[in-house]
Amino acid sequence: MLRTLLDRLATTLPALAGVVVVSFLLTRVLPGDTAAYFAGPAATPQAIAQIRSELGLDRPLPEQFARYVADLARGDLGRSLTTGQPVTADLGARLPASAELTLFGLALALLVAIPLGVAAALRQGSLVDHACRVVATAGVSLPVFFTGLLLVYAFYFVLGWAPAPLGRLDAFASPPPTRTGFFLLDSLIAGDLETFRASLAQIVLPGLTLAIFALAPIARITRAAMLAVLAADFMRTARAAGLSSRRVVVTYGLRNALLPVVTTLGMVFSFLLGANVLVEKVFAWPGVGSYAVEALIASDFAPVQGFVLAMALLYTVLNLGIDLAYGLIDPRVRAAA
Amino acid sequence: MTAIPLLDIRDLTVEFATRRGPVRAVRQVDVTVGKGETVGIVGESGSGKSVTSYAVMRILDRAGRIAGGEVSFSGIDLRAAGERQMRDLRGREISMIFQNPRAALNPIRKVGHQIEDVLRQHAEAGSGDAKAKAVAALEQVKIARAAERYHAYPFELSGGMCQRVVIALALACRPQLLIADEPTTGLDVTTQKAVMDLVTSLTRERGMATVLITHDLGLAATYCDRIAVMEQGRVVETAPAATIFRTPAHVYTRKLVQATPRPGVSLRDLLPDGAPTAAAGRAEGAGAPLLAVSGLVKEYPRAKVGLTRPRAAEAPFRAVDSLSLSVDRGESVGLVGESGCGKSTTSTMVMRLLDPTGGSIVFAGEEIGGVPAARFARHPLRPRIQMVFQDPTESLNPRWTAARAIADPLLRFRTVRGTDAIRARCEELARLVGLPVDLLDRFPHQLSGGQKARVGIARAIAPSPDLVILDEPTAALDVSVQAVVLNLLADLKQALGMSYLFVSHDLQVVRMLCDRVIVMQAGRIVEEGPTAAVLEAPRADYTRALLAAIPHPPV
Amino acid sequence: MSATGTPALAADRPRTGVSATLAHAVSVVAGNPVTGFAFALLVGLVACAVLGPSLVPYDPLASDTAAALQAPTLAHPFGTDQLGRDILSRVVVAARLDLAIAVFSVALVFVAGGLAGIMAGFFCGWTDRIVGRLADTIMAFPLFVLAMGIVAALGNTVGNIVLATAIINFPLYARLARAEAAQRRNAGFVLAARLTGNTDLRIVLTGILPNILPIMMVQMSLTMGYAILNAAGLSFIGLGVRPPTPEWGIMVAEGAGFIVSGEWWIALFPGLALMLAVFCFNLIGDGLRDIVDPQRRT
Repeated sequence: MLRTLLDRLATTLPALAGVVVVSFLLTRVLPGDTAAYFAGPAATPQAIAQIRSELGLDRPLPEQFARYVADLARGDLGRSLTTGQPVTADLGARLPASAELTLFGLALALLVAIPLGVAAALRQGSLVDHACRVVATAGVSLPVFFTGLLLVYAFYFVLGWAPAPLGRLDAFASPPPTRTGFFLLDSLIAGDLETFRASLAQIVLPGLTLAIFALAPIARITRAAMLAVLAADFMRTARAAGLSSRRVVVTYGLRNALLPVVTTLGMVFSFLLGANVLVEKVFAWPGVGSYAVEALIASDFAPVQGFVLAMALLYTVLNLGIDLAYGLIDPRVRAAA
Repeated sequence: MTAIPLLDIRDLTVEFATRRGPVRAVRQVDVTVGKGETVGIVGESGSGKSVTSYAVMRILDRAGRIAGGEVSFSGIDLRAAGERQMRDLRGREISMIFQNPRAALNPIRKVGHQIEDVLRQHAEAGSGDAKAKAVAALEQVKIARAAERYHAYPFELSGGMCQRVVIALALACRPQLLIADEPTTGLDVTTQKAVMDLVTSLTRERGMATVLITHDLGLAATYCDRIAVMEQGRVVETAPAATIFRTPAHVYTRKLVQATPRPGVSLRDLLPDGAPTAAAGRAEGAGAPLLAVSGLVKEYPRAKVGLTRPRAAEAPFRAVDSLSLSVDRGESVGLVGESGCGKSTTSTMVMRLLDPTGGSIVFAGEEIGGVPAARFARHPLRPRIQMVFQDPTESLNPRWTAARAIADPLLRFRTVRGTDAIRARCEELARLVGLPVDLLDRFPHQLSGGQKARVGIARAIAPSPDLVILDEPTAALDVSVQAVVLNLLADLKQALGMSYLFVSHDLQVVRMLCDRVIVMQAGRIVEEGPTAAVLEAPRADYTRALLAAIPHPPV
Repeated sequence: MSATGTPALAADRPRTGVSATLAHAVSVVAGNPVTGFAFALLVGLVACAVLGPSLVPYDPLASDTAAALQAPTLAHPFGTDQLGRDILSRVVVAARLDLAIAVFSVALVFVAGGLAGIMAGFFCGWTDRIVGRLADTIMAFPLFVLAMGIVAALGNTVGNIVLATAIINFPLYARLARAEAAQRRNAGFVLAARLTGNTDLRIVLTGILPNILPIMMVQMSLTMGYAILNAAGLSFIGLGVRPPTPEWGIMVAEGAGFIVSGEWWIALFPGLALMLAVFCFNLIGDGLRDIVDPQRRT
C-alpha cells in the first residue's frame, strides 16, 4: 500500500512541476511593467524600482524562477494590497468556507445523481430515463451564476424561505468555535443547534446551485457506465448463474459502473472549483473565490496568482486522492502500480 | 436418448425489436436434449444459434422476446415460468459457459467469491463452508493451487484458466444441463482441447446433458452425440454426429461439411461439387531463394517499472529469437504457432513495417533488414512485398470505395497512369479475385466479409508482388467463405507465380495451402519441413501436441 | 471458382452509401424531434448574431433614465435596466459577441488541438510526450480558474478571453484526436497504405483525418456551449468584456444586484438567452453524436 502511494505520488510530480512553471509564467507575462503592477497605481518611480529589485525582476529568468520556487517552498505567495496580509494567510483563512461549500454541493449532487443515473440505465426509455436526460442536458446548459440568481429570487425574494444571500452566517450571529473550519461540523461539535440551523440555512442555496451544476456530468456518466456494464459479458454470466437481481445489479453491476464515475470525479472537481468562484460571488460567500474576484477588480495580482496556484495544488491533491480511491476499487490498477 | 427429453424446444421463434420493425432471429426451431446427451448446435455467424440458448435461459436482452413455440425443461414450461422460478433454475439446473471467458467474469471480484455467490444463491453453501466448497469447485476443474487461485482476479489468469473458472462456476451447483456457447472460440488449439476434454469428462462423470453451440462443425462432431445445423434462424438438419460428415442430408449441411478443413482433404474438396479443378503442383524454385531471413531477433523492453521499484537489469523480452527461414520463388511457406509465439512479429518485420533488433532479411538478393521501416515506403522493392491482413473490415479505409482502395498502390507506385487505365486495371484485378465489377464503387460497410477479403487481396496483388504475406487471412471469416478465399489464393498463386508466407494458427488450413511448414514456439522455430512430412511424422513434441489438439471428427 | 463463391457472398447486399447515411440522419432527426428543435434554435441564434443590430427596436447603448427599471411592458417586452436601456435590444445584439467568442475559440482549439493530437497519436514518441505533457499541465488546473489566471495575466480583453477559452479546451481536443489517431495507427488499412508506398503525411490526410473528422465535429458542437458558458462566466466576474458593451454574462452580473429587490427581468432575460444558446449547442452535439456514432449514444 505504501509503495502504491509512493508510486502515485511520483506520477503527480510532473503535473506539480507543470503547475509551478505555468504559475511562474503567469506572474511574468503581466502586460507592461510587472513591478508597476505590484507597486500599485500611486507608486513613485523609485518605489517601482525598489519593488523591481525586491521581486528580483531585474534578474535573469532562471534565477527569478529559482527564487519563485524558493518562495513557494516557504509558503510565500506575496502580499495582498487590499487586505495588507500575506496571500497565504488570506487563502488559509478563507479556504474552509470554500471547501465546506464545495463538499456540501458535491455530496448533494452525488446523492441525487448516482441513484438517478442507475435508475435511468435500469429502466432505459422510461420516465426516469427521460428525466435523467433532461437533467443532464439542462444541468450542463445552465450558467451556474444564473441558477444561483434564480434560486435567490425564488427562495429569498418570492417565498422568503431562505435568508439573504450574504455569506456563511447572519451578520449578528457569531461563528462556532473553530475546529474543522466547517461551520456545519463545528456547530455540531459545540452542540450549538441554533448556529447549525443558521449556517445550514445559509449554505443550502449556494450548495444547491453547485449541486445542480455537478449533477449533470455525474448522472450522465453513471447512466452511460451502468448501461455499458449491463451489456457486459460477465453480467450475462451472473444472470445465467441465477444470481438474484439485487446481487447482479449491485455487486456485479454498480461496483463496475462506479469505476468510470470515480474517474469523472476529477473532471467534476475541476468544474466545481471553477463554479465555486461564480457561486461565491453570487452569494457573497467569504471563500477563496470571492477573495480572488475582489482582488481581480482591485487589480491586485498577487492574490489572484496565489489563488490560481492554490487551486491547482488542491486539485492535484484531489486527483491523487481519486487515483488512490480508484486503486482501492479496481484490483487491476493495484497490480499495475 | 431417453423417452422424455430433458430439454424440449418446439417451434421456438425469437424476435428482436429494431428500428426497422421486428426481426426474426430464430424461426420455429425444434431441438431436444435427452438426459446425459450431448447435442451440438452448429451454424455460421448470424444463424441464431446463440440466441436460441439465450431464449432457453430467458436471458435475452431487452429488445428480444420469445414470439412463439414452447420450451420445456424436465416438464417445466420455461416460457411460462416466473422470473423467480427461472432464477432458481439458472445455475442450479441449467448452467451456461460463454465465449471470451475473461470478459465473462466480473473483472473486479475475486474468482473464488464469484463461485461463492452462485453457491450461496442456490443455498448449496452457507457462510461457513462456502470457501471450502468454492475451492473444491476450482479443484474439480483441475486448477492447480486452487486455494491460492481462489484469491485471484480474472486479469491475473490466462484465457484457458478463466474458462476453467467459468466452468467451475457453471458446474458448482451440479446442474443437469450445461449450455456451452462457443466455449473455445479465441482460445489456442491446445487450450481448446484441454477445455473441451475437461467439459466432456466432468459432464460424463455426472451424467449431465450438454448443448454445445459452435461454428466449428469439426469440433461439434468430435464431442457431440447429435448435431443440429442452423442456417438463418432455422434448424435445417438434425443428425447423429457419427454420420453427419459421411451422409449430410440438407444442401446447407453438405456445403458446411465440405467447407470444413479436415484430414485427407485438398483445397478443391472444400468447394461444392463441380468446381473446376486447377492443376496441382508448384512452380519449382530455382537458384537463390526469394527471401532469406537469418538470425532475426526482436526484443522489447519489459513493462515499465514505477519510480519506487528498483530498475533491475532485467533482460528484454525476446519476441523473436534468432530465427532463420527462407522462401523460394513460387513456394508457399506456412508459419504456424499459437498466439504469442512471435509469428506475427516475424511477418511484420519481413514486411518491413517493423525494425528488427538484429539479423538480416535478404529479399531478391538485396539486404533490406537494415533499411528503416519508416524509409522503406519509398524503397524500389516496396511494391514487390505485399500483404493480406487478418481482418478484412479493419484493413480497408472506411472512407474509400473498393476501387479507390485497389487503385491506391497503382497510384502510388505509378505502375499505371491515367484515370481510364487505372480503372481498367482495377476491373481486371476485381475479375481476377472474383469480385463483381459493379461492387467496385461500394464502400466497405456495404460489402460482405468475403467481398472485403477479395478487395484486400486485389489490393495486395495490384503491384504484381513477388512475395505476399498472408496474416491469418481467413481467421475472421465464416468457414464457407474461408473455403472460397483459400481456393482463390491458391489459384492466384498458380496464375501469377507469387510466393506466399502464410501465417496461421490452423495446421489444417496450412496443410492444404502450403508446400513447406515452419512451426514456431516462444519466438523460435521448433520444426520445419515439407508440409506432408511434418504433419504425418512430426518430430517435435510441440508439433505433435498441436496436431493432437485438432478436433478429429468421425469422417 | 468465383461463380461458386458469388451467390453466397452477394446474398447480403446492403443499401448504397450516401442514401443510407442520409436516411439514417433523417431517421435520427425524425425519431428525435428535439434535435430538429435545436437546429431551429440555432438558425434563430445565428440570425440574431448576423442581423441583430438591424432587428432591434432600440439602440442597445442608449440610456433613458426616465424609463429606468421598468418591468416588461409592450414597449419594452423584456423591461429596462437601471439606466433605462431596452433589455430586449441588448439581449439580441449581444448574441453576436457571445457567439463570436465561442466560434473563434473553438475554431482555434480545433485546429491546434486536433493537429497536435493527431500528430501525437500517429507518430507517438517524443511528439506524443510533448503534447501529452502540455495537455496534462493544463488539466492540472481547474479549467475555469486557469482561464481566470490567463486573462488576468495577459490583460483584460476579448481577444484574451478567446485565447484562454481555447487553451483550457486544448486537452479535450488533443486527447480525443490522439486517441482516435492512435487507434487507427496500426489499423490494417493504415498498414496497407504503408505497403503501397504512401508517405506519413498522405496517410494522415487520407486515412486518419477523414475518419476522425466526424467525431471531432461532435466535440466542436459540445464545446461551443462550454465556450459560451466559460466566456460569460469570465465576464460575470468582471474579466474580458466591459460595460456598457451588451454581453449576456455582464448583463446577468448587472442584474444580479437587483434580484434581491425583486427586479428579476434584468438578469433573467440575458440569463435565459445564455441558457438557450448553450442548450442548443448541447442538443445539436448529442444529435450529431447519434448520427456519427450510434454506439456511443448515452
